[in-house]
Amino acid sequence: MNDVAEATVEQGLTALPTQHLPKSSFAASERWLRIAAPFIVLALWELIVRVHLLDQRFFPAPSMIVEDFIAYAQSGQLVTDTLTTLSRILVGFFIGAIPGTILGLFMGINKWVRAFMDPIVSILYPIPKIAILPLMLLIFGIGEASKYSLVAIGVFFLMVINTEAGVRQIQQIYIDVARAYRIKPLSFYTRVLLPGALPNVFAGVKLSIGVGIILGVAAEFTAAKSGLGFTIWNGWQTLQVERMYVALVMVSLLGYLLTALLDETEKLLIPWLRP
Amino acid sequence: MGSSPISVARFPNWRRPPGEEVGAFVQVSNGTDKRKEIEKPEAQMIRINVQDVGKVYSTGTVALENIDLAIEDGEFVSVLGPSGCGKSTLLRIMASLDHATSGKIDIVGSGIAAKDALPFAVVFQEVSIYPWMKVRDNIEFAFDSLSMPRAEVRKRVDQQLELVGLSKFAKAYPHQLSGGMKQRVAVARAFAVDPPVLFMDEPFGSLDEQTRVGLAGELLQIWERTRKTVVFVTHGIEEAVSLADRVVVLSKSPGRIKEIIPIDFPRPRDPVKLRGEPKFGEYVVRIWDLLR
Repeated sequence: MNDVAEATVEQGLTALPTQHLPKSSFAASERWLRIAAPFIVLALWELIVRVHLLDQRFFPAPSMIVEDFIAYAQSGQLVTDTLTTLSRILVGFFIGAIPGTILGLFMGINKWVRAFMDPIVSILYPIPKIAILPLMLLIFGIGEASKYSLVAIGVFFLMVINTEAGVRQIQQIYIDVARAYRIKPLSFYTRVLLPGALPNVFAGVKLSIGVGIILGVAAEFTAAKSGLGFTIWNGWQTLQVERMYVALVMVSLLGYLLTALLDETEKLLIPWLRP
Repeated sequence: MGSSPISVARFPNWRRPPGEEVGAFVQVSNGTDKRKEIEKPEAQMIRINVQDVGKVYSTGTVALENIDLAIEDGEFVSVLGPSGCGKSTLLRIMASLDHATSGKIDIVGSGIAAKDALPFAVVFQEVSIYPWMKVRDNIEFAFDSLSMPRAEVRKRVDQQLELVGLSKFAKAYPHQLSGGMKQRVAVARAFAVDPPVLFMDEPFGSLDEQTRVGLAGELLQIWERTRKTVVFVTHGIEEAVSLADRVVVLSKSPGRIKEIIPIDFPRPRDPVKLRGEPKFGEYVVRIWDLLR
């Protein structure tokens, strides 16, 4: 009898910490569901096309897209187009982000700069950036510069707005310390304002990459002879629907990888925010 | 005053405000005899003159009124008052972080404008070390405006880290430290640049009582070695009495000087043992009466 009683007591004790078990097994199946979900949708898609419930001229089956993906990759065109688009996005991003961040820092800390720039930014920011593509083509011609500048302009405003907000949320004490210790202006900007605003700056960078992809791809629709955007547009004009899908998948993959890279960079650059 | 190196000619606007009271402020209490043992080059002698300082906020609130105070070289002065009496504002004005609406504050003494030194350093109440800099970088950052060789800076930072017992944490980020340790870093930063004057704005105000008294003891130990001129703002009566040579008691809105009480304890002091002295209790009760 005693043994049984002890055993149940022990079970009772050990049962306490293991109460999380059902929870974690639920978490495991939840994770599997997350991974499986896209494949389930793809399988359904394949099935519906195969039984002719979906018009395969508009919705080619995933297997057909994969087939075209392989052909596209083997021709070497896939890598070239992806890198072309990526470089347009990244070059444009840096051209826009660096001055945008600097102006944002000035606007955040200096009320005169803010008073001057605030209305200008407010007026220009809401313009759909894609709407100024014709203007960019007029100014920079059909070459790379027009794509860089379109991406850069979109990124610029996002960085200005986010950096300014970042500087303004820096606690006054950090500014007071810099004043009390007579920190030099350059150090003040690079070692107090910029790191202080960095969480917001990073939010701006993430938004900017998203917008950069949209603008980069859109600019390639009409004003390019290469790149993923061109491939999508060309897929429509030449009725290469599978190729269109392949390029769309590549754009989405590009966005996913850039975001993942940024998340890692953020952890590396802002170590004080993850205790 | 005769042998004072302060050149009045260099500061023509400065004259001692009239009135006996003001003269009394300048008197140094007996407890500061030991200060003379520390030899300072005359060039570093410092004096802070607060002349008829007033501060009125744009809302019309009078924060400070008729503040006259002369602080001598090497003095440890506590400014005490109820919260909202403007004591922090007074300190911010002294540290040029805020403007007085009337009167003026001079920190006089040759050597103040030296290239390799700051005239003063400030320790704040809130966490004032930068969360994005490691402990060592936080202290080194204070040398930013000084043209000092890097090796010398490193040496000084090491020394101060040793003094506050944080050598092991030189490469830690502030979020890895406790509240008391963060304030130690702030104190180390202030002492590292070795300014003639230290302004401390309730530096231990946000800490628990034990840490607070412990850090006050450490502060005194470090201070004994250097005998800097310190203005220490606090709302802790016992803290003020245990640390200061003189306690300046401010009244509430508008902040005026009610009385300046010389604290007559010999140095070096132990802020814990001091609390057992009968005279300590007398000082505390006297200040309590003033604040009532």
